[in-house]
Amino acid sequence: MSVGINLIVVVSLVYVAFLFVIAFMAERSAARGENAWLQSPLIYTLSLSIYCTAWTFYGAVGYAARSGLEFVTIYLGPTLVLLGWWWILRRLVRIGRAQRITSIADLISSRFGKSTALGMIVTLMAVVAATPYIALQLQSVTLSFAVFAQQDNLTWATDDLNAAAIWVAVGLAIFTVIFGTRNLDANERHSGIVIAIAAEAIVKLFALVAVGAFVVWGLAGGPQATLDLIDASPISDWQQSGGRWATLIFLSAAAFICLPRMFQVLVVENTNERNLGVASWAFPLYLMAMSLFVLPIAVVGLNIMPANTNPDLFVLTIPLSQGQEGLAMLSFLGGFSSATSMVIVATIALATMVSNHIVAPIWLNARTEGASISGDVRKVIVLARRLSVAGILALGYLYFRLSGGGAALAAIGLVSFSGAVQVLPALIGGIFWRASTRIGAACGLMTGFAVWLWTLFLPSFGVDAALSSSVMMNGPFGIGWLRPQALFGIEGIDPLVHGLVWSILLNAAAFFVGSVLSFPTPLERLQGAQFVNVFEHSNNAQTWSGNAARAEDLLIMAQRIIGPNEAQQLFQTESTKQGKQGYLPDVTPDFVNGLEKELAGSVGAATAHAMIGQLTEGATVSVEDLIAVADEAAQIVEYSNQLEAKSAEQDRTARALREANKKLTALSVQKDAFLSQISHELRTPMTSIRSFSEILRDGGMADQSHARFAGIIHDEAVRLTRLLDDLLDLAVLENGQVTLHQQTGSLDDLIDRSIAASGVPTGTMQIIKTGGAAEISVTSDLDRLAQVFINLITNARKYCAAVRPTLTIAVEAKRHELTIDFIDNGDGIPADDHAVIFEKFARLTDEGKAGSAGLGLAICREIMERIGGTITYLPGQGGAAFRVTLPATAFDEIPQSSSLLAGQ
Amino acid sequence: MPPAGPVFLARASYRQRRLRDGIRMMPMFGIVAWMVPLLSSGQALTGRIGLYIFGVWIVLIVLSALITSRMSRDADAPDGTALTDDSV
Repeated sequence: MSVGINLIVVVSLVYVAFLFVIAFMAERSAARGENAWLQSPLIYTLSLSIYCTAWTFYGAVGYAARSGLEFVTIYLGPTLVLLGWWWILRRLVRIGRAQRITSIADLISSRFGKSTALGMIVTLMAVVAATPYIALQLQSVTLSFAVFAQQDNLTWATDDLNAAAIWVAVGLAIFTVIFGTRNLDANERHSGIVIAIAAEAIVKLFALVAVGAFVVWGLAGGPQATLDLIDASPISDWQQSGGRWATLIFLSAAAFICLPRMFQVLVVENTNERNLGVASWAFPLYLMAMSLFVLPIAVVGLNIMPANTNPDLFVLTIPLSQGQEGLAMLSFLGGFSSATSMVIVATIALATMVSNHIVAPIWLNARTEGASISGDVRKVIVLARRLSVAGILALGYLYFRLSGGGAALAAIGLVSFSGAVQVLPALIGGIFWRASTRIGAACGLMTGFAVWLWTLFLPSFGVDAALSSSVMMNGPFGIGWLRPQALFGIEGIDPLVHGLVWSILLNAAAFFVGSVLSFPTPLERLQGAQFVNVFEHSNNAQTWSGNAARAEDLLIMAQRIIGPNEAQQLFQTESTKQGKQGYLPDVTPDFVNGLEKELAGSVGAATAHAMIGQLTEGATVSVEDLIAVADEAAQIVEYSNQLEAKSAEQDRTARALREANKKLTALSVQKDAFLSQISHELRTPMTSIRSFSEILRDGGMADQSHARFAGIIHDEAVRLTRLLDDLLDLAVLENGQVTLHQQTGSLDDLIDRSIAASGVPTGTMQIIKTGGAAEISVTSDLDRLAQVFINLITNARKYCAAVRPTLTIAVEAKRHELTIDFIDNGDGIPADDHAVIFEKFARLTDEGKAGSAGLGLAICREIMERIGGTITYLPGQGGAAFRVTLPATAFDEIPQSSSLLAGQ
Repeated sequence: MPPAGPVFLARASYRQRRLRDGIRMMPMFGIVAWMVPLLSSGQALTGRIGLYIFGVWIVLIVLSALITSRMSRDADAPDGTALTDDSV
């Protein structure tokens, strides 16, 4: 009984389940904050191994069987990049952290003035270049399945291969969506994914080394015998073309930096710069171990396998032919790991780019209201990301189907690399040359991409597939110097070297000329200085000036991107830092910059900048800001920093004093108004009581009128009593003489009771309850709490001016507090009035409409203070919104069982 | 105006800065060493050249590990300004 296809399917399913479990556990421990080991240099180094895909796991041996040592160039390039980490990688990682970079498209876009167009160009190029590579991974997995099917004496037809490919693609999509797009992480880090690819890195290295050791010591008879075998093999002569050797080393080095998936693990998932130092020698060691046994396996395979065997699958077929089924299965898992880890990370990186640089800008543009409309951007972005994951995998599968697999696909690996490295000139120029501009970058990228399409990508489909043989021979329309494999009439160069050299040279030339001839915008100059001199000033430069944006608009936008709780927290913290109360801080340039970086971590620099730009109405960089970041002005910055530190404290005190003064003045005015109003309130019923009682005293009227006048006198007396009751109530509360009656009851019942008691006539106002009120029990003075609720509901009925008034009561139990929000859909309360609405002399609308003396909210605030909670106005909810907060001691979640019992 | 970087002969950091120079030279050394086989045309054997390439690889890895571990003490500087690479 040999290892059959069924066993292999079971083994791969178990393996995938294992990956799910460790990814899940890693996310759990990261969520608990126990992520020290997740951030270790070892995990970081292993995660880099997604560079070694199935193409290198299986294909390297095939490559070696055909071209000898040339395969090793694919590993030498990355080794050189890591050995030279001090030059480029360290700089990239620092920039990535300082600027909250989310992808390579974001880096280019952010460097060149947060340009949306550049982000789109890079994203499109990356998707085109990566699609064939993803197809290649699907092919390698299906081919390895087919090898085991042959063991069962089944020969797989094309249909079977296609079916296997589609199942693999669907499985990968599910894994990626679950762990890659669960939330909009502020840093775009995915601990679950990283730990899974680290585990796969170990599996694939172990598998390849095991097969290698078996081949060297088991089949060839030791290292010396292996060397003799190599000398006796068809690839024994060193006939390396120098051009290809150097070009391939350059290509793999550049691809290691520029591939979106490598950028993701190198820069975006990097948690600690020092990990790079360890990876600088540890990852070359990994690469060396991966390539050590490639040549022996190839040579032994050529020796012992039948002549028609595909050398690309030697890693699998040699153990099988020797009856080593366990080893073959290990080798299969190694190849499977290489393919899946690459596809998962590549898809996440591309999906982030597509959602941040294509979907988000288009979505923002399509809405005429701009950034300040309602709706949740987060949902749009996460959905876009999930759809992109599915779309990219579907593209890969489609390419796999259209290309028909086979040899045509195997050749595409290097072509795909060449497409990805077109970003290199803009990237290197962007981080080393301050004068490079957006125009230059766009020129370079488009030139390079076009030349790559023409000389490498289109011809890679084969003769007469995308380009006809006459175009290949004679050029388009007979223009000889445009022949895809002999540009400018220079013939006889290796096609890959030809395409890569021309595309990179023309790309770099266009980038240089475009940069020199154009002039950078202020934002480009600023970002240029930030990127090029990242080690000199890692502190943040100011990009925003002026006070055009209103804090409430910013809060509304921030809530939609990073979530209501996080945004409110952020605003409140800033507010406290400025010495203010409530949720709305002053819109200082510092604050707007910090907010923009925070948003950029979720939606990318260009989108975040555009959204804030819409709200600040184009108030951008000032000349002073530019001077502040220029090298020449370093000492000015230093001096002003000192001054700033000294004056910050004074500023805070002054602001607090100003606030207090403003409040006092407003209160004094309101107090006068209230006094005259309270006299009026008392006088009106008094007048009618007096006149009607005079009429009654004079007598001589019908019984009917008698009863009516007595009724009026009674009503007015009741109104007077209510007013006096309110005043008394408030006085008692304020003096702290109130006794609280602690009770425990269901929050849901309490809310229902309040709604009933507030006497809102049915049909006049819709009341919606959200959140899990039914599962929460409250221990407090429930009557007093109900009084607060009734007051808020009655207020909403009185003041909500919407055509169809709606009141939403949202309950949310957080770790340290319970919040109950009352949100209506009316006009809300102007920001200027937020500070005074809870004062007892405050009333905003005219008295005729309200019919009370404006004591309600003051009473509410006093009650909440007495029972240990708070009541605040919550801005930015679309209408008037009040938040009632109870401390953790005052509520409990009702256990599921008891609520079931209560239900019975 | 204060000098832009550390003084060239600043004792405490002199050795550290030379280690950084060493790290900077690593890729140059690698490129040159791995281009050498191209000079020998015709007669050379794949096996020999393979051994040479892997030998260079091991030397580079060991050197890099040694230098990086010596440097790590310095990289602990909290704000990263100690790593400023405008060398003297």
